Amino acid sequence: MMPDLGKYAVEVLSAYAVTIALMLALLLLSLRQSAKTRSALREVEAARQAKATAKGKADG
Amino acid sequence: MSEKLPRPSSLWEYANPRRFMALSGATLPFVAAGTTVALIVGLAWGFFFTPDDYRQGSTVKIIYLHVPSAMVAINAWLMMLVASLIWLIRRHHVSALAAKAAAPVGATMTMIALATGAIWGQPMWGAWWAWDPRLTSFLVLFLFYLGYMALWAAIENDDTAADLTAVLCIVGSVFAVLSRYALVFWNQGLHQGASLSLDKEENVSDVFYWPLLICLAGFVGFFVLLILIRTRTEVRARRMKALQARERMT
Repeated sequence: MMPDLGKYAVEVLSAYAVTIALMLALLLLSLRQSAKTRSALREVEAARQAKATAKGKADG
Repeated sequence: MSEKLPRPSSLWEYANPRRFMALSGATLPFVAAGTTVALIVGLAWGFFFTPDDYRQGSTVKIIYLHVPSAMVAINAWLMMLVASLIWLIRRHHVSALAAKAAAPVGATMTMIALATGAIWGQPMWGAWWAWDPRLTSFLVLFLFYLGYMALWAAIENDDTAADLTAVLCIVGSVFAVLSRYALVFWNQGLHQGASLSLDKEENVSDVFYWPLLICLAGFVGFFVLLILIRTRTEVRARRMKALQARERMT
C-alpha cells in the first residue's frame, strides 16, 4: 500500500507530517476555544436570567 | 438566539449576528463533511496513486500540500481585506470579527506553505531558502499575519482594534498580491511559475492536476470551516463582553 518514495522519503513524509500536525492543531484549538466560549456565554446568560427572575419576584 | 427570524431581503442582513449564527450553524455540518471527504480523497489520491515526476521524483507529492496552502494563505488575506473594507465602510461587526477569525488560519497556511516549500526546495534547489522575490514576499506576508494578530490582541477596545487592523490589512494586501504575482513582476528567482492556471497550457500534467484540484477544494473547505467556527466563537465572545458590560452598569 505504501508507495515507494525512494531517496526522498524523508522529505515527502516530513512535509505531510508537518502539514497534518499544523492543520489538526489549529482545528483542535479552534474547537476547544469555541466550546469554552459557548459554555462561558451560557453561564453569563443563565446568571443574567436568574438575576432578572429574582428582580421580577422582588418587584411584584 | 433561538427565535425564528424573518426571511432576509438582502445579503447585508447576514451581518446581523443572530442571522449569521443561524445560517452558519446550519451550514457547518455540510462544510465539515465536504471538507473531510475532499481532503481525504485528494491527499490519498495524490500520495498513494500518482506516479513520481521524471525530474523531481517522489517530491512532486508535496505539491498537494504546498500549492493549496499557498493559495489559501494569499486568498485568506484577500478575504480579510474585503471583510475589513466592509467594516470600515458599513461598520458591520460580524465582518470585522470574520477578518479577525481568518488571521490565525491564514498564518497557519502561510507557515505550511513556507515549511513545505523549504522541505521541497532543499532536494530540488539544494537550499532550504533563497531570497527569491516570491519567497521573500511570502515571508513578509507571514510577518503581516503575525502583526495583524498581535495588533488585535494589544488593543482592548474592539472597535478601535477593528479600525487599526483594517488599515494594517489594506497595507499588507500589497504583499498578498506581490506573493502571488512576484514571478510576473520580476521574472527572476528560483521559484517556478503557476502550477494551476486558467490557461490549460500552463497547468501541471493531468495525472497530477485532478488530485491537486481536489486537494485545493479540501483546503478551501478547511479554511471556510475554520472561519465559520472561529467567527461564531468571536460573535459569542463579543456578546458575552456586552452582557458583562451591561451587568456592570446596572
